[in-house]
Amino acid sequence: MSAETEPSVTVTDVELDAELTSTGLVASADEAEYALRIGDDSLILAQQLGWWISRAPELEEDLALGNIALDLLGHARNLLHFAGTALGKTEDELAYFRDEHEFRSAWLFEQPNGDFGHTIARGLLTSAFQFELYTQLAESSSPGLAGIAAKSVKEVAYHRDHAVQWTLRLAGGTDESRSRIERALINTWPYLDELFRDDELHERFDAAPRPSALREPVMNVLRQVLAEAELDEPKTSESSGDGRHGHHSTYLGPILAEMQVLARRHPDASW
Amino acid sequence: MTIMTTVLTPASAWRIAAEVVDPEIPVLTIEDLGVLRDVRMQDESVVVTLTPTYSGCPAMDQMGDDVILALTAEGFADVRVDFSLTPTWTTEWMSESGRQKLEQYGIAPPGPKPASGPIPVQLGVKCPRCGSLRTRSVSQFGSTSCKAHYECLACLEPFDHFKFH
Repeated sequence: MSAETEPSVTVTDVELDAELTSTGLVASADEAEYALRIGDDSLILAQQLGWWISRAPELEEDLALGNIALDLLGHARNLLHFAGTALGKTEDELAYFRDEHEFRSAWLFEQPNGDFGHTIARGLLTSAFQFELYTQLAESSSPGLAGIAAKSVKEVAYHRDHAVQWTLRLAGGTDESRSRIERALINTWPYLDELFRDDELHERFDAAPRPSALREPVMNVLRQVLAEAELDEPKTSESSGDGRHGHHSTYLGPILAEMQVLARRHPDASW
Repeated sequence: MTIMTTVLTPASAWRIAAEVVDPEIPVLTIEDLGVLRDVRMQDESVVVTLTPTYSGCPAMDQMGDDVILALTAEGFADVRVDFSLTPTWTTEWMSESGRQKLEQYGIAPPGPKPASGPIPVQLGVKCPRCGSLRTRSVSQFGSTSCKAHYECLACLEPFDHFKFH
């Protein structure tokens, strides 16, 4: 192709367009706040899961956890982009240039990778929650949220399948694997409650399922899995986590530091 | 100078865009995949609508760039690619010829919608090499977002399965 026939559209513009998943939809302030909450959940979990690549117990798990992280990053991009249409920010600005108190992730998603059992237990809880959430949100009166949810739920179904299979395998494996998944579930269980708390946003915004309405379907699934694995439901107290209002666990700061350092050190850098 | 002979119509734009291939599975075109959703003229521009396969699939940006390069090379001066999430892409949109090309390429094509429920149930997947149904899932996550990793218990070869979506 000669210089004269080079495209008149520059690739940078096009990538920006593509990045914006251009639906032409502009979020309302409430849609944006909601999208940030569930988008930050996925973004933080994606960032954490990436750590496992090259460190998982077997190659297949490097791939599995890396693929799950990639899906979650895709969900986060769609949600942050949508939120950004209301806030006048790009998804990158929202991911890299918000400070800790501006994030809306719940504490469960901020819990550390721990050992493989902890990553699986956290994945079981997050995927069971996201599956019910996106199933209901796909019916939302908000076309922006419904479209993202309908797309995401198909991928989350595979994440849940992965977590359930590993929970069953670890519980039914050796004494060591069983004690690890038991301990991991006990350590992770307290962070479920935060996911089911309604607040002022849900009083005025009815285009998303109320968190309290998700409790029963999510807990039903988790109890089925525990029964199949012959594990007891952990009897733990509830965490006072309040990530939806910017009050985060101590784990979020270091996660953000690692995630944001490059973009902040070299603003507007591209490659 | 390249001599332009393409007639610049939406139909010719579709034909050109339809030949762009998936960079990760180059036997499949974006039309085979069901990713190419719409081509229309808007004033002097061509607007191509693609739908992503997986939310995080890194091949999508490449497909968008390749559509623009293919169309501009044929004389369309102003090309825009939109990505639309709705209606949600499904492997049920994959063309029959696409499924055959996948299998010949060594990737087991997607099957029907699996039974739903929190406790997974496995469905038989045919080995693309020896045709045996004696296969097992090694992992639902493979070399790309859209593929699962399988193993044939008859010929003992590992293979990729384009999983239902």
